[in-house]
This record gives sequence, C-alpha cells and structure tokens, in this order.
Amino acid sequence: MMMDTKAAGAQAGSRNATAAYDAASAKSVLQVKGLEVTYYTDLGRAKALDDVSFTLGAGEKLGMVGESGSGKSTMALAMMRMIKPPGRIEGGSVIVDGTDLMALDDDTMRRARLDKIAYIPQGAMNSLNPVTRIGAQMVDAIKSHMPREGRSAIMDRCMHALRSVDLDSGVFRMYAHELSGGMKQRVCIAIGILLEPKVIIADEPTSALDVVTQRQVMETIDRVQDQINAAVILIGHDMGLMAQFVDKVAVMYAGRLVEVASVREMFTDPKHPYSQALISSLPNLDNKGVFQGIPGLAPSLLRLPSGCAFHPRCPHAEELQRTVRPESVTLAGGRTVTCHLYAEEGQRHV
Amino acid sequence: MSNLLELKNVSKVYQRGIISPHANIALRDISLTLKEDEPTIMTVAGESGSGKTTLAMLLLGFITATTGEILYRGKNIAGLTGKDRLAYRREVQAVFQDPFAVFNPFYTVDHLLTVPIKRFKLARNKTDARNRMEEALTAVGLRPEDILGRFPHQLSGGQRQRINVARALLLKPRLLIADEPVSMVDASLRANILETLRNLQRDHGVSIIYITHDLTTAYHIAKSIIVLYRGGVMEAGDVDAVIKSPQHPYTQLLVDSIPWPNLNQRWGEHPIIAREADSVSTGCPFRARCPKAMEICKTRPPLFQINPSQAAACYLHDKQPEIVAERLSELLPA
Ligand SMILES: Nc1ncnc2c1ncn2[C@@H]1O[C@H](COP(=O)(O)OP(=O)(O)OP(=O)(O)O)[C@@H](O)[C@H]1O
Ligand SMILES: Nc1ncnc2c1ncn2[C@@H]1O[C@H](COP(=O)(O)OP(=O)(O)OP(=O)(O)O)[C@@H](O)[C@H]1O
Ligand code: SF4
Ligand code: SF4
Ligand SMILES: [Mg+2]
Ligand SMILES: [Mg+2]
Repeated sequence: MMMDTKAAGAQAGSRNATAAYDAASAKSVLQVKGLEVTYYTDLGRAKALDDVSFTLGAGEKLGMVGESGSGKSTMALAMMRMIKPPGRIEGGSVIVDGTDLMALDDDTMRRARLDKIAYIPQGAMNSLNPVTRIGAQMVDAIKSHMPREGRSAIMDRCMHALRSVDLDSGVFRMYAHELSGGMKQRVCIAIGILLEPKVIIADEPTSALDVVTQRQVMETIDRVQDQINAAVILIGHDMGLMAQFVDKVAVMYAGRLVEVASVREMFTDPKHPYSQALISSLPNLDNKGVFQGIPGLAPSLLRLPSGCAFHPRCPHAEELQRTVRPESVTLAGGRTVTCHLYAEEGQRHV
Repeated sequence: MSNLLELKNVSKVYQRGIISPHANIALRDISLTLKEDEPTIMTVAGESGSGKTTLAMLLLGFITATTGEILYRGKNIAGLTGKDRLAYRREVQAVFQDPFAVFNPFYTVDHLLTVPIKRFKLARNKTDARNRMEEALTAVGLRPEDILGRFPHQLSGGQRQRINVARALLLKPRLLIADEPVSMVDASLRANILETLRNLQRDHGVSIIYITHDLTTAYHIAKSIIVLYRGGVMEAGDVDAVIKSPQHPYTQLLVDSIPWPNLNQRWGEHPIIAREADSVSTGCPFRARCPKAMEICKTRPPLFQINPSQAAACYLHDKQPEIVAERLSELLPA
C-alpha cells in the first residue's frame, strides 16, 4: 500500500485569518455560552469551567490550549454532556446548528453524539474493543443512530469513512491489535465522522504518535473536515501542531478562556500576559538549552486567587488585578481577551 | 574508568505464538555504553513501534534479552542478587510512557510516593518524608496541598504524568529511563520539567535516557541521540549534528515532519510514503519508504562514520569508513 499524502497537505493551505472571522459571523455552527462545571471533591469545590463562551463557523478549526489541568478535557466532556459525578454542569448552553444540547432529553442527546457532535477522547486508540472486528464496531455505531438504514447503505457509509481516512477497506475485517498506533487513531477518526457530524472535538489526538504519523493523522482530519465541512476543535499542548493546523486559538487558564484570536494574531501578537508567556516559551533550534517556562505554579481550582487568577504570576499585576476580576472584551478585528490591560481599548461583552 | 551501564549486542525477539515462523524482532543488535563518571543525557527517538519501550523494559530488567547481555556496574543484570540487586533497583528508575496505565486506582497519590521512601529508606522521619514529597511535587509544578490525598481518576492526564516524574526525582537514581515523560504537558511546563531533569544530570550526576518522538525537546536537553527504525539503529551521534544535519533518509523524514510553531515554516515539504503492511525482512529496513533506495539496499547496510561524532546506516554514505556497532558509543559525546 503506497500513498502520497502531499495532495492532502497542499489543499490544507486555505487558512486565512480574516476569512475565518467572516465565516464565523456569517454562519456559526457552534455557539458555546456561559458553560460552567464544578467538581465537588472531598477537598472542596473545584470550579473547573467558569463562564466559557465562544463560537465556531462551519469549516473552521479551533485550537484549544492551556496548562495541564486548566479544564480542556472538562470542556470537551461538558459539551458532550459526559461529565460524571462528582462533577456537575451548572449552567450554559451548547448550541449546535440551532439546537441547544443542554436542553435535550437523555435519549435525544445520545443520538446527537456522533450525529451532531463527535468526540475523539484523550487516548482514544486504546478505547477500541479488542475482541470485535473494526467493521462490527462501525456498523454498531451506525445502527444505534439509524435503526432503519439498509445493509448496503450502512456498508457504503463505512467504506466511505475508511477511505476518507486513507485506510484500506481490508481494515473493516481486522482487529485492533493488528493495526499500528497511527492506524488505530485513524479508525477512531473514521468512527467519529461516520454520521458526518457538524462538530468534531479531538482531545490530544496525536500526542502518543511520532511526528510522521502525527502528520498523517492531521492531514487526515484536515481532508475529512473539508469533505463534510464540520467545525473542528483540536485540544492539545503542541503549539507547533496548532501553528500548522488551526485557524483560531483559544487559551484556557484556570477554567476560563483568557484569549481567543486568529492563529496569526496569537503567534505574532499575543495580548494576554499568559498567552505572551506561552508563546515565548516555545522551543526553536536557535536557543539550545534555554528553557523559558512560566514561573510559579498553576493556581489551585479549590482556592483561586482573588481578582484575576493569573495575578500571582503576572508581571503587570497591580492593585486592581488583585481585587477585581477582569471581564472578557472584544478588540479590533474581533479577537477577545480577558485582562484589565485592555479594558479601555476593548468593547465590553454583555 | 568504569562503566555504569553496558549493552553488548542486545536483541529482543517477540515470538508470535509458540512455533510461529513470524518472529517479531523488536530490537536488533544494540550496543551502548554509559560511563560511570560522565553523566549524560541520551535521546532514543524513532516512530511508533520502533522498539523504544522495549529498550526501556530491557534496561529495567522487566524483560530479558533474547541474545546479548546488559551489564550494570560490570555485572549482568540477569544474575544480580542480594545487595547488588537492591542497589540496581534503587539506582535505576523509570518514568513510564502511559500515565493512564501505571496507577493503581485504589491508592491515593501519597501511596505512590511514600512506598519508595519507605522501601529504600530515603527519609529520616515522617517530617523529612513529607518535606521530600512536597519538594518533588513542587519541582514538577504541582501543589502538594491539592494533589496529596487524591485518587488517580481525579487528575488530568498531564497531572498524572508529572506525578511519575516527581517520583523519579524523589529517588535521585543514578540512571533514569524516561519514556515520553512530558508528552502531555504544555510547552511552558515542559520547559520547566526538562530543566529540572537537566539539573538532575548536571548537579546530581544522574544519567538520563530520554525516550521520545519529540525531536525539538531532544535537541534542547540531550547530548547525543540514537534514531531507531524497526529495532535497528539508523543514525546516531551528537544531537546537534543529527538534528541540524541529518544524514539518513529516515532521520531526514523525521526532522522534516517536525511541526514548527512558526507560521512561515510550513509542515512537511516531502510527501510521506506509508509504511508497507508486511515488512521487508532483509536489507535496509527503511527500503520500502526510502525515496533514494538502490539495488544494493537489498542487503543490510552497516554503520558508516560520517564525521567524528555522527554515523548512519545507509549506503548513500558508503564512501565513509564503516564502524562496527560495538564502537558506536565512542562517537556519542557525554
Ligand atoms: N473526576 C474529577 N474529580 C475531581 N477533580 C477533577 C476530576 N476530573 C478532573 N478534575 C480536575 O479538574 C481540573 C481540570 O481537568 P481537565 O482534565 O479538564 O484538565 P485538562 O486541561 O484536560 O488537563 P491536561 O492537559 O493535563 O489533560 C484539574 O485540576 C483536575 O484535577
Ligand atoms: N509483549 C509483546 N509481545 C509481542 N510483541 C510486542 C510486545 N511488546 C512490543 N511488541 C512489538 O515490538 C515492537 C516494538 O514495540 P515498542 O513498544 O518497543 O515500540 P515503541 O518504540 O515504544 O513504540 P511507541 O512509540 O508506540 O511507544 C512493536 O512491533 C510491537 O508490536
Ligand atoms: S488582568 Fe492584570 S493580572 Fe490578570 S493577566 Fe491581565 S495584567 Fe495580568
Ligand atoms: S540504505 Fe538505501 S534504502 Fe536504506 S536509507 Fe539508505 S538509500 Fe535508503
Ligand atoms: Mg486533558
Ligand atoms: Mg513506547
């Protein structure tokens, strides 16, 4: 099996900051508003998501970054309504294509998963069933959503999904252990897109893969997204991957979105002091052995600092920051930032 | 000058079934030396399935080599007993690849840290033990007061990974085998943790084998690098030389596939040729994917020494002198 993925890579080049914003305002397929999640632990209440809001247009790719433990996976699980006790979704709406997922009854929500919104979890490739063939797992997924679908239509759908992730139709009859890591990861993507969802959330889909396989998987997601025109949320830590892949970047800090901007704005002119520190900590080949991490520890969700949660680590912190919580403001071009430094310049959200 | 660790022509073959003809050679004829008085950081890189974790498991004595031997301070690890064995168990530590797999779900984080303290008698008393635990957790960016007392499922992926690193710091081993220790944390924390590891090497004389597919961090932290493909060494040498000027077509593909956090440097100019389903069993293992494959590549290439600190197993360099696998370590800077 030989394949040339260059074509896929080349057509991925349609990334343009202004186009991204136009698409978003023209028609957003996803609107997340005021999403809140709390974990009620033995040590106390941890507010893992605090008033998270953003929108995404069809065909847009959003990168979600932020410190380990800042709430990225929690956000994905909340959007899927898959938060388990002691966690609780305490508010907000997730509107996909006009439907608020939070308002659906459990049964309808079950159908919406995969059908409207698909989630490829952290470590997905370990989640395939080891004793059933890949094909059977795909057929089951379709049947549970489309009980009246005929056999040949189901097969068509499976084959189409496999083809679109560049897998041979032979994979249909194989077991998970017969596939390499990258192939398993692509199977998970194929299952994710079986029903052509409007929104795909991929949680660190490639952090376990080598760079070559990583590139194949990302090119796959890219191509599939082009075909079904879905919005994609890519959760991850790899800023290199973000730079190469997404249109917009959202930065999460202690459960809040502190900045949302186009990928170009984020890499060339980050606004929030945390984003600035994040961008300047990126490695390159010119400064060998220089480690520029952000000093200080991530805050405890159980005891968040007063005012701005970043203030103990922020070089610009003043009295105001220590006592008053900053609100999100919109800056020129539509980017948003949650920091007092931009309160004058920006437009308050309501 | 004595050797801390020595691998002599080590191979590992996984048998599929009892009498199956399809043996899987996970590691092929690896020879390596780490010197006692020259603590170093060596990276082992390579794609998924290239044998990296197998190498780690061999060094830790969790699996045994099919052929060849592994010596720790001059003694074969397979035959260690009594005091030597305890010393080896204490002095060689690991950070495992999958932070989701290594935790026992029924024990809190404290347990994971107090057990080795007790077992190896690292603390004088309870307060001392507590202080050491807190120091190690803080070094990996965790807040002891938040983390102690929690169960593994209550932690995020990166938090679990860092607890593994904290455990290794606590034990201050002589040799640390770190299998993808920072794959799930952000760039800033990654920098902090890698710096901690480098200080461990510089200030405490700990040698580190850093297993990763992330060539950028390898470049920043390591002195030398070994690139594996299907269990064999494709290229090895000084980390600067290998990453800035890769000589083996496989290393070139790897370096070309690094996603740079730079908008003007696009990902992957070269197309990827997918690996064949069933492998070529003779000749150069990279042959099926190599854009420069030649007739001669049907026989297995030896290592050619390209410069004083770089060698590649590829016929494109057959004008250079050959170097036998046993002497590869001499090229690697400490
Ligand atoms: N079941 C749970 N009970 C209590 N706390 C939890 C639970 N699950 C997650 N948390 C806490 O909620 C916070 C957010 O976790 P989450 O998994 O969303 O982080 P993340 O941003 O995905 O991190 P990572 O990048 O490390 O995967 C963390 O501080 C974590 O410890
Ligand atoms: N217990 C086992 N039984 C049979 N084959 C195995 C076993 N463990 C590993 N292998 C095989 O040995 C080869 C090397 O595996 P190894 O886990 O060392 O790869 P790796 O380089 O660590 O990969 P990754 O980057 O995916 O972790 C693979 O082909 C794998 O399928
Ligand atoms: S609000 Fe103040 S403390 Fe917070 S990030 Fe902005 S400048 Fe720093
Ligand atoms: S030996 Fe031949 S096939 Fe192997 S990497 Fe070199 S040129 Fe390519
Ligand atoms: Mg996560
Ligand atoms: Mg491994």
